Amino acid sequence: MDGLGPFLASEAVDGLLPWAAQVQAAERFNIGLAAVEDWALAAGILPARYARNRQTLSVQQQLTLCRSAVAVVGCGGLGGYLIEQLARLGVGRIVAIDPDCFEEHNLNRQILSSPANLGEAKVDIARRRVASINPAVVLVAIRAAFAPGREDMLDGVGVVADGLDTIAGRLDLARTCRRLGLALVHGAIAGWYGQIAVEYADAPVLERLYAQGGEGGAERRLGNPAFTPAVIASLQVAEICKILLGLDGRLRGRAIRVDLLDMSFDDINLAD
Amino acid sequence: MRVTVKLFASFRAGRFVEAAGDYAPGARIAEVIDALGIKAPDVGIIMMDGRHATAERVLHDGARLSLFPLLGGG
Repeated sequence: MDGLGPFLASEAVDGLLPWAAQVQAAERFNIGLAAVEDWALAAGILPARYARNRQTLSVQQQLTLCRSAVAVVGCGGLGGYLIEQLARLGVGRIVAIDPDCFEEHNLNRQILSSPANLGEAKVDIARRRVASINPAVVLVAIRAAFAPGREDMLDGVGVVADGLDTIAGRLDLARTCRRLGLALVHGAIAGWYGQIAVEYADAPVLERLYAQGGEGGAERRLGNPAFTPAVIASLQVAEICKILLGLDGRLRGRAIRVDLLDMSFDDINLAD
Repeated sequence: MRVTVKLFASFRAGRFVEAAGDYAPGARIAEVIDALGIKAPDVGIIMMDGRHATAERVLHDGARLSLFPLLGGG
């Protein structure tokens, strides 16, 4: 890679690498955009697309995100926003897992859905979306349902994001994450309401959140409007970002319930 | 015995946010849920006196109960 370092240094403006220079470097040195991004960040140069992350995230933290991988299990209401934000944040690899195709009733809230892609696999659309908004991010599309025997789907990831829509599926995923020692960032929604929590291997919470079990929740009657998955997924991504950067822990043993009708957050102690 | 019940989210519709009620000594949380016309499978999180509880727990005089509906969508 002789010459890449000097090239990036010469192209940087005020410590920022313009996108055109990142693309030029990938072509000139015959490497991927992700590799250019890694190289630049390691040299203390911030790709300009992340300029507004400055002051919130350091270049070193941006490099940590670049070298991180997150699995998004379920690519519907929550999952679409999870993928969108993780890609814009600059998480280097996103593993998107979902067996389904877009249907008309997804259009009211699922950000990856559009009339033009009805009938297409959600994970394929996710890959195209990520390629269009941040080509330096690799999206691994797995068109299958997560199942307890499919731990291989989570190979190499640092955090798992819950975008599922069944309680049994979530409890299966939580058990798998505990066994693998992976943090699971949980989110669930129904109507005006949502909740988030983090399941750490040594601080399980999902079996308490779903102590009563059940076939489904209030969403069966209330549905899900556009804004609820956006809010809950955003809270999940903030927590994922902190876990990847080692800044987390405040949500350990707790859940946050969100009521967008009353516009209130309730803090729930699940630790004892 | 006197029990204060706080309802959250969709449980408030047609009921209340917070209300105190009288229950027979030895009553369990499940009986409060039933008396409120809430179906047991619709209940997600139950808190008693600020701690997580199950529907089988026995109430005590002065107990503060919080009921949150089950949310499972994604």
